[in-house]
Amino acid sequence: MLEQGNIHLPEGSIEKQTTTLNLGPTHPATHGVFQNILEMDGERIIKAESTVGYIHRAFEKIAERRPLYQITTLTDRLNYCSSPLNNMGWHLTCEKLLGVKTPKRVDYLRVIIMELSRISDHLICNSIVGVDTGAYTGFLYVMQYRELIYEVYEEVCGSRLTTNMGRIGGFERNFSDVAFQKIEKFLAEFPGVWKEFENLFNRNRIFIERTVGTGAISAERALNYGFTGPNLRATGVDYDVRVHSPYSSYEDFDFIIPVGTTGDNNDRFQVRNEEIWQSLSIIRQAYQKVQAFKGTEADVYHADAPAYYLPAKADVYTKMEALIYHFKIVMGETEIPAGEVYQSVEGGNGELGFYLISDGGRTPYRLHFRRPCFIYYQAYSEIVKDTMLSDAIVTLSSLNLIAGEMDA
Amino acid sequence: MSLTHETIKETLVAQFGDKILSWEESYGMACITVQADHNLKVLTFMNDDPTMGFQFLTDLTGVHYPDRKGEEISVVYHLHNLKENVRLRMKIYVPVEKPDVYTATGLFSGANWMERETYDFYGVNFVGHPDLRRILNVDEMDYFPLRKEFPLEDQTRIDKDDEMFGR
Repeated sequence: MLEQGNIHLPEGSIEKQTTTLNLGPTHPATHGVFQNILEMDGERIIKAESTVGYIHRAFEKIAERRPLYQITTLTDRLNYCSSPLNNMGWHLTCEKLLGVKTPKRVDYLRVIIMELSRISDHLICNSIVGVDTGAYTGFLYVMQYRELIYEVYEEVCGSRLTTNMGRIGGFERNFSDVAFQKIEKFLAEFPGVWKEFENLFNRNRIFIERTVGTGAISAERALNYGFTGPNLRATGVDYDVRVHSPYSSYEDFDFIIPVGTTGDNNDRFQVRNEEIWQSLSIIRQAYQKVQAFKGTEADVYHADAPAYYLPAKADVYTKMEALIYHFKIVMGETEIPAGEVYQSVEGGNGELGFYLISDGGRTPYRLHFRRPCFIYYQAYSEIVKDTMLSDAIVTLSSLNLIAGEMDA
Repeated sequence: MSLTHETIKETLVAQFGDKILSWEESYGMACITVQADHNLKVLTFMNDDPTMGFQFLTDLTGVHYPDRKGEEISVVYHLHNLKENVRLRMKIYVPVEKPDVYTATGLFSGANWMERETYDFYGVNFVGHPDLRRILNVDEMDYFPLRKEFPLEDQTRIDKDDEMFGR
């Protein structure tokens, strides 16, 4: 034990001295690369100091040299639990700047993919909360169903984790029949499994006692800290970007915004659970809408934006315009219009914003990512103050901190 | 009652007059430029005034314009009125030699790390910030990497020869 100055020691403390405990940067319980220097009075945390930046990769700087379509790969690596959400957010930002109008079918296909990735994000978060309270089974069990989501990604874009999915204006190819079959399989099998998962936790006394009343934050403090997403909704504020600033035709769907009351770990867990059910409902609605397109309409998978959307390879070999556009797009020689846009999407963790400044060149003049993790993680030291160390670990998981998103 | 851009503009101009340097709207979002030493006054007014109600700080970041003499560094605030669902962008410009800006941490706890990030990347000195240290880069760094005088490595350079990752 390190001898500390006892200035922080509360009245009636059992221990005669505080201990400095270094939690992280690489600790299996933090599920990511970030450090907390905790000052402990026995098991109780008196002060926490968070350090971030261990995997800072200067994406904002790199983006200043890349043409728009090459930045998609950077967005993959923000919140890698829900890469397609970031990809779609970036494409929406570009489309807003370029004035590209996407067809309804593209919007609905995007909604399917975005909600699938929201499910995979929440699924990881909630099952990890389970792991940190001592229930490993649920995590391993639902992981099989994340695999089904990843198979859909694979069928749509060819990769799984860092997806680089879609293009400005739509998707690189139409969804195959296999992709739709896989979505159907997921919709058929997952709800039963998720119900089992919920029962495993919601009727478990250990889990309830570990999560209720721990890691709580009030709505007022959460708003002041810039919380968004499930963590804000758990405090009772019904702010959802999908409803407040609809993008990708979210206004066509019926869903409710689940909210909590106390903003504690259990509320965050329940809000994410309920959002998974809402996402499933949105996917079903979107799937029906997509199936309603018949004939040539069912072949639409991208917007008509020849200057930004890579032409079909067959056209490149036979048509001059297609060859020119192909060359200009691949070499990144397309000049983008000057302007400033801010576009946000409801990411897995909250409002994922892209602030893009273009001065008319081939690359952005400045690109800033509003990363929800980075903004709400600063509340962590306030939340865990005067709680037990084991509760702080659960709080860390239930806030769903993704180091990749935090450090950008 | 819904808060329109006209209402915001009129209220701000009535309150601050020529301290509001410009007003524009692009892609559906209103953007005001404020005199640099009035940023905190305007933010506080918009936070407290019942008709404005911009109580949510969505984003805070910096931009570097090396060609604009005397106003090279820009700090951009994205504010959100969650009740009326109106977004507003606010900008201030400060010279690169003396990039002093009043901190917004007194109004928004969330501004703490966002300002540290802006300091880290652009060297903006947030006056009154409780803990203005680098956040993403190493503490020993002695320059501000997102300023435009630090270009990214030229991809076509040929003088670099590395056995494993040569180009």
